[in-house]
Amino acid sequence: MSIITGRALRSAAFGALLAGLGLPALAADITYVSGAVGNAVENFKSLVKPWEEATGNTVTLVPMPASTTDQFGQYRLWLAAGNADVDLYQTDVIWAPQLADQFVDLTEAAKDLAPQHFPSIIESQTVDGKLVALPIFTDAPALYYRKDLLDKYGKQPPKTWEELGVIAKEIQDAERAAGNPDLWGFVWQGNAYEGLTCNALEWVKSFGGGQIVEPDGSISINNPQAVAALELAKSWVGTVSPGGVLAYQEEEARGVWQTGNAVFMRNWPYAYTLGNGDDSAVKGKFDVVPLPTGGGNDTSAATLGGWNVAVSKYSKNQEAAISLALYLAGPEAQKQRALNESNLPTIVALYDDPDIAAQQPIIPRWKDVFLQAVPRPSAPTKGKYNEVSSKFWSAVHSTLSGEGTAAENLEVLEADLTDLKGSGW
Amino acid sequence: MNVQAVAGRIAFYALVAVIVVFSIFPFYYAIVTSFATGTGLFEVNYWPRQFNLANYETVLSGRTFPRNIFNSIFIATMTVVFALFLAVTASYALARVRFRGRGLLLMTILAVSMFPQIAVLAGLFELIRFLGLFNTPWALILSYTIFTLPFTVWVLTTFMRDLPVEIEEAAIVDGATPWVIITRVFLPLLWPALVTTGLLAFIGAWNEFLFALTFTSSETTRTTPVAIAMLSGASQQEIPWGPIMAASVIVTVPLVILVLIFQRKIVAGLTAGGVKG
Amino acid sequence: MADTSSTSGGLTLPQQRQRAAFWFLAPMLFALFCVAAWPLGRTIWFSLTDTTLSNLYGGKFIGFDNYLSMRTLSSGKVIWRGTLVDPAWWNAVWNTVRFSVVSVTLETLLGLIVALVLNAEFKGRGLVRAAILIPWAIPTIVSAKMWSWMLNDQYGIINDMLLRLGVIDQKIAWTANVDTAMAAVLLVDVWKTTPFMALLILAGLQMVPRDIYEAARIDGVHPVRVFFKVTLPLIRPALMVAVIFRMLDALRIFDLVYVLTPNSAATKTMSVIARENLIDFDKFAYGSAQSTLLFAILSVFVALYIWLGKVDLAGDGGK
Repeated sequence: MSIITGRALRSAAFGALLAGLGLPALAADITYVSGAVGNAVENFKSLVKPWEEATGNTVTLVPMPASTTDQFGQYRLWLAAGNADVDLYQTDVIWAPQLADQFVDLTEAAKDLAPQHFPSIIESQTVDGKLVALPIFTDAPALYYRKDLLDKYGKQPPKTWEELGVIAKEIQDAERAAGNPDLWGFVWQGNAYEGLTCNALEWVKSFGGGQIVEPDGSISINNPQAVAALELAKSWVGTVSPGGVLAYQEEEARGVWQTGNAVFMRNWPYAYTLGNGDDSAVKGKFDVVPLPTGGGNDTSAATLGGWNVAVSKYSKNQEAAISLALYLAGPEAQKQRALNESNLPTIVALYDDPDIAAQQPIIPRWKDVFLQAVPRPSAPTKGKYNEVSSKFWSAVHSTLSGEGTAAENLEVLEADLTDLKGSGW
Repeated sequence: MNVQAVAGRIAFYALVAVIVVFSIFPFYYAIVTSFATGTGLFEVNYWPRQFNLANYETVLSGRTFPRNIFNSIFIATMTVVFALFLAVTASYALARVRFRGRGLLLMTILAVSMFPQIAVLAGLFELIRFLGLFNTPWALILSYTIFTLPFTVWVLTTFMRDLPVEIEEAAIVDGATPWVIITRVFLPLLWPALVTTGLLAFIGAWNEFLFALTFTSSETTRTTPVAIAMLSGASQQEIPWGPIMAASVIVTVPLVILVLIFQRKIVAGLTAGGVKG
Repeated sequence: MADTSSTSGGLTLPQQRQRAAFWFLAPMLFALFCVAAWPLGRTIWFSLTDTTLSNLYGGKFIGFDNYLSMRTLSSGKVIWRGTLVDPAWWNAVWNTVRFSVVSVTLETLLGLIVALVLNAEFKGRGLVRAAILIPWAIPTIVSAKMWSWMLNDQYGIINDMLLRLGVIDQKIAWTANVDTAMAAVLLVDVWKTTPFMALLILAGLQMVPRDIYEAARIDGVHPVRVFFKVTLPLIRPALMVAVIFRMLDALRIFDLVYVLTPNSAATKTMSVIARENLIDFDKFAYGSAQSTLLFAILSVFVALYIWLGKVDLAGDGGK
């Protein structure tokens, strides 16, 4: 015991001594944590290289599990304990309000950069006037459809959800009769998890049923349009969508799609590149359009995803960390990300960039999808967002699996959310 | 009679076959999957159609996977050493010395083995940061004692209690100190139990996930289960089943080999005293 | 059991030995205090405060409000709040108890069968013994992933097999379906832990002297009768201890459910819901209260088990 505490005391004293001497010019090593996929680590190295050369600092990336729930739990614990080992966090678009207290306000530092981004994204990262995180790329889902099958039956990509159901059913029946028994009309993400909140928010919003909790904090979910939207989705399960869709996340849906067993799929941009891979059964046979609308409403909705970078309040190298955050959210880094990883930029001007248009033609096409993006209600519900989302997806999942009607479940949900809200979010 | 015996024999071997197939089939299927790539993953194959080592290459040429394996070996070994050292002395005291409150103490130790990991996570995290062990192997070695130590103490205590009094008496008459008694008299007799408990502790430490995830914050200090959970596809939503299965096979093989080598000893160690009531 | 106190030597010897015993125990007790008692104490303390994860050290003491509190609304209506009246919590308790009872029962029965098989002499016994230990040696996180792959509804091998065998006529989404999610978790848990159970029972079986079987065989007693009259009573102590260790594990189950069916209300267990409140939802103190309750439930259960089952865990045998 005495040895251990003695050492701890000594190192603390040493640290205090260094801090007291104040050596600001010393090159800092910045630690950046992020969910990492694919070649993220290699790409990140080349991405930050110019910044490292310009400032003399170095950056270490700590890759985290791809599951956002796991990341969130981890970060929350580290931040709660005041972990000074991590300077920068890559945060999901919905986290800002929940972790706002532990991040540095970037309003001042980003006053020149922020206006270049889509205002809606900057707004989603602003909590009580404090800019918590800077966007580095965005994400929004679209409707994937099989060009070859639609052409074969002389169909156009559907404009409404109702139309989608009809086309899906028709093609599914005809193809099955023609000896393709595994074909399904429409696959999406119906597992009880955050992804279902995204899917259901799109149905409800595109039916004109609001966005669960409105920006002013009022609970809007219990309304006839939302009920109609969920009832329509329920009618898909077991008819045009496999019963197992209630267990699907993105990968299961892609699995069915990419083996050529689905006419339509709702998914994120990542499935585009993979679907055109060499071993894909649907290579060159599909295209994307914005998600449909429904219930006579005329605007569609795509849930806003995407990632941001936030500076930890406990960082010992805040100055260097902020400088890196600005670099990562800036045009240079975003362009490189777009070119190398086909990440959608959050800087408006990059959608007209000729290099991006030439190398990643899909990105400018996604601009239409992106213009209809809706945020999940994380800003008004603040720290309670996860619980709100969990209650919402549970209600939707119950409805889809036939436990109670949409009207009943949404009524109970409204009561639960009112309880949760209490005197205010 | 003879026909009945033959039928019985066949039924017996059929039962053995069912048990074996049920036990190893998932592992076999993981191996089959680990040889498949791309869209081939999404097809059901009972036999390996492809023999593609690409997934293994992906895993092993990964930045830190070999390092993670080394971490796991180091941490699991140190956990075993640490737990056995503390447990041998403690269980000597618990098994061979009569003192008041011994039963209560044993119950308390048992109580520790029922702490939910999640219930101690936050407190343990504070402690580790206070000791300055965060993101070092020692954080895990320390925290793993919570589940290895109670079990080890229990097994060794029951084991030692069943050893006859006479072996100790001679040493006591010779005036040997308790330390000498432990190292010279008991240790040589304890081997079977030490192998068993050591192996159990090793497997426990090798497989642990929650602490390993929480108490490390860099790629190079992670253990293999965490590294497997971190394996990711080309994008956020993609799950790289091929490499995950390859990594699982790599991680499991050493344990299977350990079990194959020691399987006789495991049973012997437990038989000798481990689970006697 | 032999009396272990010193039977010879001077009067001071027991004292001397007790002093040595103290020093032998001290390091272990200190280690356990650090990694177990202190963190648990913190959790219990947090459960009595309004601590949040963003403000870990600033929580105020609020008594038992996280467990149960009463509030009178302005309309005069009285409402109860807290874990003890939270249906989600009781659902988790029920799930956990159901899971534990079913899984431990199945594992004990299957473990017994496997142990009896392994206790018999036959060719290749060593290999079979090693084979059945494989599931147990695979990290839980890995086996959960492996099974979720096999249980996948569209390209999982389980559905494919059952379809081929004609057991089912359409693909089942095992982990998503409310009716089958628990069955899926049970299947994986039984697969994973039966070997351990079998091993502990086998250890007990091997302590049964062979000549008892021999004598019974010569007397022409039916093997089934031998099992119930001789074997079972003899291995009962080993069985009881094995069951309690497994039961403790089952009541705490976390990682398997977390990986296989993280959000299904049909399988959410106490540990899973406690983690959800502690970390995902902004209710750290509330989650701490649930962790504390989980610990309390385990303690009561163990006490009851030892008392009712007359399990001699301390091995003092009434001394």
